[in-house]
Amino acid sequence: MPLIDLTIKQAATALAAGETTSRALCEAFLARAEAVEPRVKAFLSLDREDVLRQADEADRRRASGAARGPYDGIPLAVKDNINVTGQPCSCGSKILAPYRATYDATVTRKLREAGFIFFGRTNQDEFAMGSSTENSAYGPSANPWNLECVPGGSSGGSAAAVAAREAPAALGSDTGGSIRQPAGFCGIVGLKPTYGLVSRFGLVAYASSLDQIGPMTRTVADAAILLDQICGLDPMDSTTLPGAHGGYAAALEAPADVRGLRIGLPTEYFAAQGLAPDVRRAVEAAAKTYEKLGATLVEISLPNLRYAVATYYIIATAEASANLARFDGIRYGARSPEAKDLLETYRLSRAKGFGDEVKRRIILGTYVLSSGYYDAYYLRAQKVRTLIRNDFLRAFEACDVLLSPTAPETAFKRGAKSADPLAMYLADIYTISANLAGICGISLPCGTGDDGLPVGLQLMGPALGEKKILQTAQAFENVAGPAKLPELD
Amino acid sequence: MQYEAVIGLEVHCQVKTQSKMFCGCANRFGAEPNTLTCPVCLGYPGSLPVANAEAVRKIVAAGLMCGCTISKFSKFDRKNYFYPDMPKNYQITQFDLPFCLGGQIPVGGKGFSGQPLPEKKIGITRIHMEEDVAKLTHLGKASAVDYNRAGVPLMEIVSEPDMRTPDEAYAYLTALKQVLEYAGISECDMEKGQMRCDVNVSVRPLGRAEFGTKIEIKNLNSFRSVHRSLCHEIPRQIEAVEAGEKLRQETRRWDDALGVTIVMRVKEHAHDYRYFPEPDLMPVTHTDEQIEKIRATLPEVPFVRRDRFVTEYGITPYDAHVLTLEKPLADYYEAAARGSANPKQVANWIITELLRVLGERGLTIRECPVTPAHMAELAGLVGGGTITGSVAKSTVFPAMLESGRAPSEIVKEKGLEQVNDDSAIEGFVTQAIAANPKAVEEYRAGKAASIQFLVGQVMKLSRGKANPQAALPLLKKQLDAG
Repeated sequence: MPLIDLTIKQAATALAAGETTSRALCEAFLARAEAVEPRVKAFLSLDREDVLRQADEADRRRASGAARGPYDGIPLAVKDNINVTGQPCSCGSKILAPYRATYDATVTRKLREAGFIFFGRTNQDEFAMGSSTENSAYGPSANPWNLECVPGGSSGGSAAAVAAREAPAALGSDTGGSIRQPAGFCGIVGLKPTYGLVSRFGLVAYASSLDQIGPMTRTVADAAILLDQICGLDPMDSTTLPGAHGGYAAALEAPADVRGLRIGLPTEYFAAQGLAPDVRRAVEAAAKTYEKLGATLVEISLPNLRYAVATYYIIATAEASANLARFDGIRYGARSPEAKDLLETYRLSRAKGFGDEVKRRIILGTYVLSSGYYDAYYLRAQKVRTLIRNDFLRAFEACDVLLSPTAPETAFKRGAKSADPLAMYLADIYTISANLAGICGISLPCGTGDDGLPVGLQLMGPALGEKKILQTAQAFENVAGPAKLPELD
Repeated sequence: MQYEAVIGLEVHCQVKTQSKMFCGCANRFGAEPNTLTCPVCLGYPGSLPVANAEAVRKIVAAGLMCGCTISKFSKFDRKNYFYPDMPKNYQITQFDLPFCLGGQIPVGGKGFSGQPLPEKKIGITRIHMEEDVAKLTHLGKASAVDYNRAGVPLMEIVSEPDMRTPDEAYAYLTALKQVLEYAGISECDMEKGQMRCDVNVSVRPLGRAEFGTKIEIKNLNSFRSVHRSLCHEIPRQIEAVEAGEKLRQETRRWDDALGVTIVMRVKEHAHDYRYFPEPDLMPVTHTDEQIEKIRATLPEVPFVRRDRFVTEYGITPYDAHVLTLEKPLADYYEAAARGSANPKQVANWIITELLRVLGERGLTIRECPVTPAHMAELAGLVGGGTITGSVAKSTVFPAMLESGRAPSEIVKEKGLEQVNDDSAIEGFVTQAIAANPKAVEEYRAGKAASIQFLVGQVMKLSRGKANPQAALPLLKKQLDAG
């Protein structure tokens, strides 16, 4: 099997058996990236020398019997909003163009300690604001299945890199669907953990109460492996959840069995306007598959779901308006050379540093927090958020996991929606509520649409229900086979 | 028309902790600029705050010391504004659910101006926690930022508008500082910027319930400048009102050199800080049990201790006030007075002799060479008649200061016991009469006071050891006989 076809699990086995080396693996992925990057543009930066240096170190460790674990030497692409010491961390923005990370994010530290190789920085919508990577200041990435289409977003670079086999796996971040939607568009697996399961320390914040880092992989098993590495209580992040977490990969070792599992189908999701018939067909077929495997399908109502998009765009933008205030050209990042005084430094640095979508969201967030509007927007959105969370709590009394499409349609053509931000926002309908409720969700491929592009199947579980959704996803993958990836030759 | 001033104070105090409020950097004054920093207190992308438990414990302690109610549920909020002293361009603070609500601090005694100050309680509206900002230094055309101070835990203590005079404001600040120092919450050094104070003041005709137009005074660098600024500002406002002028709500800067307040900015509309709950920090809860646990670690509140000193040790309110100004001194006095038969004399010795000497030598009470037990023993030796007060002052106490030895040892070694034996004293009396014919003559001519001079001579001849109470009748006897 070509090295670039290996999953994390397979690569670990091959490394342990001495069938390959980290250097060989990295060289294979580097060669693949060299071949396809001009078309895919998944990476914002990929430092060949740095990758090979890390690979050689890993090989030396393994040769001397001091491997850091089974995954020592496996390359992993990282979204450009997660700090890795010394590497760029532009968040897809001009304002952080000159910035190099001065410290490791907690997930970075954990993965480093496990021996993973940091394999490039993947493209994203600027500050994770977007669903297509078209909002990247450095140009969009392409969907490896159809280069004219978007890979989704905001973690579109990570999804494209994995789907194009430029890396075996990647890290993404998900604030309203930014892992699951691109995973769905690119036909790979993407998991958004329960809020607080994975530390946000070192993830450049978009919306603090919604952001989570998660794995983007070819298989369900690989998602579990990565989640095991990055999860856990972190003294550097007060919002991480106490308790012993992990054991996700182990939970997949037993044969996946969904007999007796109650799978909820939210009626509001399937009745939603804009759900493409081909997507509906594929997702309903997946539900049938589960039924055949012995699961029970249950209709579930989530009445407050219709407010989810509005609620999200109030809370997320409010938090973003404060989170992005630090980018002022004073301490780091790009500073306008034309600025003559303090106010101009702020105004020009930010005017030139931020793109339109970021500005739109900062303005919206500033507005909803303003005196006189706070109660009507921010406060009310927080109340609705509680109602949405309660809807899910009730739903998970009647079922074990919720099944839905990941997105209302397959990947769209570049430019198709850029003129209509509202249409872009509304397409987040299936993914946004998991972030608002703080629960977990996974997207996995379930066939293709009429256009031959992948359809994403979303499974959502209650808070800390990762094992359940991973096992449920695994059962489907066992039937459907692992993700098929485009050749791109 | 008679006017009164209405004064409220907003005091910021740095909390004494090992590390900063939301990161592990040292909380220390005086380090090289920008050496006590990290991605968190510099607001680097991706960094997150983690609340300092010690700082939270200390603000609760401050609240308990001031008689506040401690919130069972409080949270942090973001206050948004752009300024280079603010690394994130928002400050983590507390908006509507602060840690402490509704306390009070009593003032009284003598005011800073020397006038008596009626006993009064000044209300505290709230005490909340926030992070300090960086220190800006303006250098000609450029400005320098030192982020060492950014993120230092800071509490804001907001008073009720309960003060009416500059003396009350001064007394409130003194009492507040005393309370915070007592409990080890803050060092309250205004020169180091550990304590900062903004004044809100308005005037109104005496008897009117509504407040006048509030004016804020900033740039106050000492308690004295708070007092001075009010002494300037209150008459200025009254004069303006008398002249029919309509005051504007404004912020004025105190110019310490000129002794005047100068307009800084006019508050046309309140700044919109767009407060919202800090999503990076969990709300903080305090159970009754946790609050009581903190209370159990607290020292006695200074003004409570002051009153107790008066009743328990029979000392004057003024002496009790002096002795409780600082906790180490109060502890010293209490250690000496407890179990002493002469707690009043102990207080006198400490206030008139010990504090004077420590002051002259620039020593703190902690560095005092005389132990509290020795101080009590000295007062006991005088009170019990073993030595005279004059020997104690001239010989024993200086020797104690030098050697740190027990006064009884010194007395024994130097043979300083008071002479009570009439036959021994009579010898000194005879000598004194013989050596001072002029005084003798004056006494006999009817100038009764001259006998005190002769008592003094007896003391001198006995090197202070003669019991003056015994010397007087013996003198009289010999003079009247002769």
